[in-house]
Amino acid sequence: MGALNVIVLVSLIYVALLFCVAFAADRAAARGRGTWLRSPIVYTLSLSIYCTAWTFYGAVGFAARSGLEYLTIYLGPTLVMVGWWWTLRKMVRVGRSQRITSIADLISSRFGKSNALAVCVTVLAVIASTPYIALQLQSVTISFAAFAAVDPTHTGEISETGVALWVAIGLMVFTILFGTRNLDANERHHGLVMAIAVEAVVKLFALLAVGVFVVWGLAGGVEQTLARIDASAIARWEVPGSRWVGLTLLSAAAFMCLPRMFQVMVVENEDEAHLRTASWAFPTYVMLMSLFVVPIAAVGLDLSPMGANPDLFVLTLPLANGQDGLAVLSFLGGFSSATSMVIVAAIALSTMVSNHVVMPVWLHMTGGSAVISGDVRAVAIRARRLSIMVILFLGYLYFRVSGGGAALAAIGLISFVGVAQFLPALLGGLFWRGANRRGALAGLAVGFAIWMYSLFLPSFGASAVMPQGLLENGPMGLGWLRPQALFGAAGMDPVVHAFMWSLSLNIVVFVFVSLISFPQPVERLQGAQFVNVFDHSAPSGGWTGGLAQSEDLMIMAQRIMGAQEAQALFGEAARAQGMSGYLPEPTPDFLSRLERSLAGSVGAATAHAMISQIVGGASVSVQDLMAVADETAQIMEYSSQLEMKTEEQARTARQLRQVNEKLTQISVQKDAFLSQISHELRTPMTSIRAFSEILRDGGEMPPEGQRRYASIIHDEAIRLTRLLDDLLDLSVLENAQIVLSLQDGQLGPLLDRAAVAAGLTEGGMEMRRDPEAERVWLHTDTDRLAQVFINLMSNARKYCDADAPRLDIRVAESDGQLHVDFIDNGSGIPASQQGTVFEKFSRVSETKAGGAGLGLAICREIMARLGGGIDYLPGQAGGAFRVYLPVGRGAAAEAAQ
Amino acid sequence: MGKTVLLIEDEQNIIEAVSFILSRDGWEVKTHANGQNAMEAVRAREPDVVILDVMLPGKSGFDILSEIRAEAQFASLPVLMLSARGQAKDLEMAERAGANRYMTKPFSNAEVLDAVRALVPS
Repeated sequence: MGALNVIVLVSLIYVALLFCVAFAADRAAARGRGTWLRSPIVYTLSLSIYCTAWTFYGAVGFAARSGLEYLTIYLGPTLVMVGWWWTLRKMVRVGRSQRITSIADLISSRFGKSNALAVCVTVLAVIASTPYIALQLQSVTISFAAFAAVDPTHTGEISETGVALWVAIGLMVFTILFGTRNLDANERHHGLVMAIAVEAVVKLFALLAVGVFVVWGLAGGVEQTLARIDASAIARWEVPGSRWVGLTLLSAAAFMCLPRMFQVMVVENEDEAHLRTASWAFPTYVMLMSLFVVPIAAVGLDLSPMGANPDLFVLTLPLANGQDGLAVLSFLGGFSSATSMVIVAAIALSTMVSNHVVMPVWLHMTGGSAVISGDVRAVAIRARRLSIMVILFLGYLYFRVSGGGAALAAIGLISFVGVAQFLPALLGGLFWRGANRRGALAGLAVGFAIWMYSLFLPSFGASAVMPQGLLENGPMGLGWLRPQALFGAAGMDPVVHAFMWSLSLNIVVFVFVSLISFPQPVERLQGAQFVNVFDHSAPSGGWTGGLAQSEDLMIMAQRIMGAQEAQALFGEAARAQGMSGYLPEPTPDFLSRLERSLAGSVGAATAHAMISQIVGGASVSVQDLMAVADETAQIMEYSSQLEMKTEEQARTARQLRQVNEKLTQISVQKDAFLSQISHELRTPMTSIRAFSEILRDGGEMPPEGQRRYASIIHDEAIRLTRLLDDLLDLSVLENAQIVLSLQDGQLGPLLDRAAVAAGLTEGGMEMRRDPEAERVWLHTDTDRLAQVFINLMSNARKYCDADAPRLDIRVAESDGQLHVDFIDNGSGIPASQQGTVFEKFSRVSETKAGGAGLGLAICREIMARLGGGIDYLPGQAGGAFRVYLPVGRGAAAEAAQ
Repeated sequence: MGKTVLLIEDEQNIIEAVSFILSRDGWEVKTHANGQNAMEAVRAREPDVVILDVMLPGKSGFDILSEIRAEAQFASLPVLMLSARGQAKDLEMAERAGANRYMTKPFSNAEVLDAVRALVPS
């Protein structure tokens, strides 16, 4: 059996094995098992699709032709992984929170969900990836050819294009089977990623095995190998500094911008923390991949016949030395490298093509009516499958057209420069809020054009696409526009030259246009979300379905309802769902609640439309929506300003009303007081006038009547005088015009004096006192205090209605205060009147003759001036008043200040 | 038989003075000393004229007057109001309540006598 047949069989078995792995992994994931599927190691291994057949075969060729230069291709990603992992983390976070499906989606989302930009990126990505896919097909094809060359049973040339076609078809089937089973591009392809991880292991193992064989098997040990290297041209190869730096930067840029890298790094990412592992594990993987590149190249150059293709040393060295098993393994390594790259690239590109080109066109053609019916899903899947076929066919076509002539590495670098054009828009979008759609479009267009002109088109060879004259003399003889020596930069490496001009002009145009143009509202919104992604998204482990939608809803709600209200609503809903933060799952319950809340602001129809736009994944007029929200916000602001003004007026009115009420109250009090005084004065005067007139007019009257009338006149005159005295006293006290004459005195003698003045010593009322306690010294206005005592004693004497009236005077000290209680054994003051007994003109009983009702009011004022007070003591046997004042020297004086 | 005066007044000295003046003029003077039950007194005594104080314990003179006027048989009963509150609004209130005459304390005896005589034509 010939080697070629063996290799075909092995390939088929290998593919079948991969099928099984992918299938099993998908099953495990579907059943919720297989946490190993989500390990950071699998993630890291999936990143190894960076190492394609170009790396597997081409690196050796690269080293054989240009020495250590091949290292730059590894150096770039290593630098990104080690030094820029935080940028990758940001990309992953944004991808997660925005449900990003591809790099085209990321860039378009960032710049206002611009479809033009998405199409632009998609087209550029397809164009740039096509040569790369062709490269993989070519590598598989020539590896078959290598086997055919040593196959004695095989006669004649094998059809390279035939092999390439079969390989392309096989990859197509595999990709469609495992890449388009789910509609949701954000859904992870567990099976596929697992298969890729297996392939990553296979290719590493194969390359290491070949390396070991070459070093120890062929060269005879490390020392001999090193000697061969020293003797070879590789050691003397000088890499120009500019090319070294240029290629390192280029590979770093490509690592971040390649659609397939974005697919595995961001879209297939399970957990941000995996990046941490990958940041050291991936460089390690790459280092192992490059470990034996130079030895293989050096030994290959030594042992192979002149003119042998160094790109195939990995394969031809074992073959030529009869190591068929190793050769098959090596073939599988290259095969793995090629297939994994093509599969992932096809998935990534097909997602972009179907989402940004096919679907919009189809939706436009069907007028959006299908959105309501269920055929979107079917159409999307069909679109994606068709895209995969087209992309692989394009790769095959390029392979046919280019004839597979150019060296592998050269094709790879052309692709790299193409995708590197995404870098300014990508990084600018992630870190610069000022970046906008126009800038991104302009930058991309300029970079793309320069890439096409200076690198891609010339790569087909002189006269293939570009006429020889153009390449040599520039368009219309303008030398400074020569494709490979733009602006007079002649003599540079074509790749570095194209990379430098395309990227730097791309950046300049991007920044400049961004600065001079204004972003749309959606862009501003998205810009803030992207740049500040770490501020408002939690690094959640697993993807949770609708959080991005919730976030959109939140943004919308904040614009309409105001931040606080919206946050309260969302926070409450989140808590009700048992979540922290402000983003609840968009459950139907929550959505209808939100709709009702929004309806309050913008009307039911608009609210419904807004929510269904966001939740239903609207592809149309998000701008319109935002404009509506902005308008609403303006109206709300205006009305809230009006509200504020109204509120201000209301507050002023309220204050005015309060002042007015107070004035009215004062006026009413004044009226009441005046009419009381009037009454109190006029009543005795009425008696005096009436009786004095009777006496004056004479007439028949018994003498006792005359005396009686005269004494009434006398009594009423005294009552009048007393009233006037009281009024004056009260007026003076109330206006704080009194001057206290403070002196020291004992309580006992003071009470004695008061008792005499109140007439208690005349008998008729028993007095019980406590001489011991009354020895206490006071420093106060003793005359005023005596006035209070006299008032209370005479009240007791006048109003106590007991048969054997008695007055207890109790003295006690507590908390630095002296209490003097006056308690009689009468019926006391009714509870209903205890509250008002100290008010002016309040009299307990109308029938009981007495003063004008000013006595207790005066007592209260005096005690306040003395720093103490007077209260009615309820719950005693009879009428009971407590006078209290501070004890000790100076107390009253201080209080009086 | 002389005409009857009902004097509704709480101040003892004033009751004595007014009673003296009117009795000497031949009026039969009946007295009631508080606001409560004033209406019952009016019905019971069926006076020819009422002298009514404004500030009475229990009920104000204005309220009593309203009650008097509310009963048809007393609609034209002459009422003389006496008040110790000499403000203009009191006069207005008295007129509105249906007082025939309003006098401010202190009054002259002759004035009261003339007023009562004028209210009850012989």
